[in-house]
Amino acid sequence: MPEYNWPEPSKRRHIGKRTSRLDGPDKTTGHATYSYDVNRPGMLFAKILTCPHAHAKITKLDVSAAKSMAGVKSVRITQDVGTEIQWELDEIVAVAATSEEVADDAIRAIQIEYELLPHFVTEEHKDKAPSSEVAKEESTGDPDAAAAAAEVKIKGFYGIPAISHCCMEPHGQVCEWEGQDQLTAWCSTQAVSGLPGQFADKLEIPTSNVRVITPYMGGGFGSKFSADRWGIDCAEMAKEAQAPVKLFLERNAELAVAGDRPSAYAKIEVGAKKDGTLTYWSSESWGSGGIAGSRGSPPLPYVVEVPNRRQKHISVVTNSATARAWRAPNHPQACFLTMSALEDLAAALKMEPLDFFLKNVGLMGERSDIYESELQKCADLIGWKQRWHPRGEGKGPIKQGLGLALHTWGGRAHNSNCEVTVYPDGNVEAKLGSQDLGTGTKTVIAMVLAETFGLGLDDVKVHIGDSRYPASGGSGGSTTVGGVSSSTRRAALNALAQVFEKVAPGLDAAADQLEIENGAIQVKGTPDRSLSWRKAAARIGPTPITASGKNPGPGKLNDSGVGGVQMADVSVDVETGVVKINQLVAVQDCGLIIDLKTAESQVYGALIMGASYALMEEKILDPVSGRMLNADMEFYKLPGIGDVGKLEVHMMTGERHDKRGVIGLGEPPVISTGAAISNAVANAIGVRVPYLPLTPDRVLDALAKGGAA
Amino acid sequence: MRAFEYASPETREDAVKLLSSKAGETAVLAGGTDLLSLMKDEVVTPARVVNIKSVEGLGGISYDAGSGLRIGPLLKLDDLEADSRVRSDYPSLQQAVDGVRSPQIRTMGTVGGDLCQRPRCWYYRHGFGLLAKWQGKAMVPDGDNRYHAILGAGPAYFVNPSSLAPALIALGARVNILGPKGSRTVDLASFYRAPSREEESENVLAADEIVTDILVPTAAGRKSATYEVREKEALDWPLAAAAVSLQMSGSTVKEARVVLGHVAPTPWISKSAGQALKGKTVSPETAMQAGEAAIAGATPLSRNRYKIQLARVAVKRAVLRATGMEEV
Repeated sequence: MPEYNWPEPSKRRHIGKRTSRLDGPDKTTGHATYSYDVNRPGMLFAKILTCPHAHAKITKLDVSAAKSMAGVKSVRITQDVGTEIQWELDEIVAVAATSEEVADDAIRAIQIEYELLPHFVTEEHKDKAPSSEVAKEESTGDPDAAAAAAEVKIKGFYGIPAISHCCMEPHGQVCEWEGQDQLTAWCSTQAVSGLPGQFADKLEIPTSNVRVITPYMGGGFGSKFSADRWGIDCAEMAKEAQAPVKLFLERNAELAVAGDRPSAYAKIEVGAKKDGTLTYWSSESWGSGGIAGSRGSPPLPYVVEVPNRRQKHISVVTNSATARAWRAPNHPQACFLTMSALEDLAAALKMEPLDFFLKNVGLMGERSDIYESELQKCADLIGWKQRWHPRGEGKGPIKQGLGLALHTWGGRAHNSNCEVTVYPDGNVEAKLGSQDLGTGTKTVIAMVLAETFGLGLDDVKVHIGDSRYPASGGSGGSTTVGGVSSSTRRAALNALAQVFEKVAPGLDAAADQLEIENGAIQVKGTPDRSLSWRKAAARIGPTPITASGKNPGPGKLNDSGVGGVQMADVSVDVETGVVKINQLVAVQDCGLIIDLKTAESQVYGALIMGASYALMEEKILDPVSGRMLNADMEFYKLPGIGDVGKLEVHMMTGERHDKRGVIGLGEPPVISTGAAISNAVANAIGVRVPYLPLTPDRVLDALAKGGAA
Repeated sequence: MRAFEYASPETREDAVKLLSSKAGETAVLAGGTDLLSLMKDEVVTPARVVNIKSVEGLGGISYDAGSGLRIGPLLKLDDLEADSRVRSDYPSLQQAVDGVRSPQIRTMGTVGGDLCQRPRCWYYRHGFGLLAKWQGKAMVPDGDNRYHAILGAGPAYFVNPSSLAPALIALGARVNILGPKGSRTVDLASFYRAPSREEESENVLAADEIVTDILVPTAAGRKSATYEVREKEALDWPLAAAAVSLQMSGSTVKEARVVLGHVAPTPWISKSAGQALKGKTVSPETAMQAGEAAIAGATPLSRNRYKIQLARVAVKRAVLRATGMEEV
């Protein structure tokens, strides 16, 4: 039995180094085949008739003209006469035809009529909602006594809207049958191993008959774990037509239906002693994630465990498609609500927010020492001590300000299986039913593999993105890197142990006396009794060695629970309300880092995504028609490079973090960005803009109510 | 996108002949940066698309010391910005092109296309028409009107989307128009109109007419500038914009033309803002007075009151920019 651990820092060839992602060249040159790019011989194209109303009953549906059109191979009614449709762009009929144009013509030939029903899409006004319920209500300590005793108290209202995932590659797949019961689906999914069961269940075939392939992924952010109704329709149409079918969502449906981060609004009261010690929290929050309500509730107060606290969350139902997990579900909302209120309290206390948070660092749980280091590091990087000023100071129309926020996330490694093969020529490969969402998963697996065998990255191959490989968890909740690095490490160590068994006799040693060192197998501590890797591999005989490894498993290779601090430097034009980000700094821990470069890259991406929802993103649903007015890439505003400012990332490394093992990183760095930017704007202009995104109308509105104009 | 017939004439006359006099039946294709998305979204569904890119004499830019600039409607926005005469004499035009932040649109999009692009109003783009009606009722006043008009509004509430029109109008531009009955010349200031019925379009071009020339007088003694208030540096239309053209006599404004963009269904010519500057020396105070004059009479909708402030500031900053007194 090998010992399952990570190599000592001094012996690491790859782990912790900056490695460029291995599929970068394929992606940048267009060689990478995304599911959207898959074209099969004889393939048909599918289009969907969607409902233009937010709430309506289907009163008439006639697809006969579409069915009889030349080139139309399958017409599938998803929702028939009598069905009550609850959100705009919900799927009614799917059509597969020989070309996109014929499919479009067929959709237009469908006759459909609706009876319009009243809709509700403006959940900020929760009192007008036809349906809402208390989702959570809890109390700790004695909030009433703490409220009475608090020396300084503030009340505030804050709101963060629903936003869309806005995946560049929309949801969808290509489905192809072999015979009557063997399905291959090229899906844009975050769950290669999990999807076959979903297809099989709906299609009533054995799960082993479904193969899902996802070599590259064009963005999911939590929205792509389901086969979805359109996936089942695609498979059914392919079966009926006896031809492969490609079905991907149109951009408007991608934005309106396939992505949604629930909104959150809150009335918050928070109090402290004069010295800044937090004593009291009370919040009444509400939000909506569409027709299924708010889907959970923001964890309030966030990060800081105020001793006396009360929280109530109300789930509001709106006529909008059901929310999907969005990068750190509920955390960005909780962070914005909490950090805004705390910054407002710090201003009332006339304390620097940095001092205020350091004062309360003891309320930040078991890793408060890490938060303390991260606060200091982040402050150093942005020059907080030299540059911070009290709220609203500054001359001229351009006001500059600094803000901060901090966050937490779990990131526990998911279940993962890996199979490693060592070939007699020395080649090594790993197979996992995992997927690379663009985060660098494949690169990380290759690094672990190469590290374990003492090889270069060119000497190893990694195969992922196919459900025929050993099952690995879906990529959600920042669980992937912990899972795949651990299963790969264990499989590789198991394979290496078998190699040691084969070469031990030739080195006159027992297998457990061998080690890998500098690309060779040697008797421990004895370089002159060694065999190069190639020569050693040649001794395994004609049959390759195969070994598997899984997570969870023996040895401490991973952990959960991370934190991070972010600071923002902004300029606000108080005559126009335009907010410009000058700089964003992120300091983040995530245990042992495998690839420093792709880890940093994750954080850079998160800062851009955070800047985006801080300044621009919002699903705008029309109160009149119930439609999403900005379900396009023009009015669903995303930043360009000139909008995000200078980005700086610092990853926490060293023994304190290394010994914890690997922890996921996908979600946490996006959590604080909105709150940090909002706090920086409050610092700049002297007044809180209660809403995200921080658009000119909202900034000017806040200024009109009192601020540094 | 629906199937359509495609024509690619080589002369102006043939182009006009291929166009139907009935609105919506045919469409003119130049850069295509707007038309293609309109067709994909089925906001327009022409039976015939007439490509004018091969028509002789519709491109180019030239300058004559007497008559000024002649810009062909097919001139690409990037080529307009790169023109040395534009850069030296017409800064407001160059600044306006700079506001088109998409390299793709600047590379493919044309000057004529910028002037004739359809409103970006999200109700219009959803197929509710220029007047945005829902079950017979105007949608914009009760709907989400954060980007809609604050001046001259009703029954049309969309804003004119052109980046170049305010600058060109302030510079006194005219356009030559060719139709089946021959050609005519109109001031660009009279080119746009706010439709009051759904059948009307937002400019005076008949369905079978095309713009053939954009004529801009010489800019001798003039100072000009454009200022856009934008919430996004990358591709986006401004929230409000102002273009000014000042006839100077020393440091005194002899005559001023102030045109606002993105605040009304047409480029909004503010005579009172021009009057406010006339005979004055430009200063932050006089610039602000022009801004105040420009927004007099603005009537905000439920969500766009902020645009009044943006328009006021855009005018102020355009005046200061034109005279080299920019504060920010």
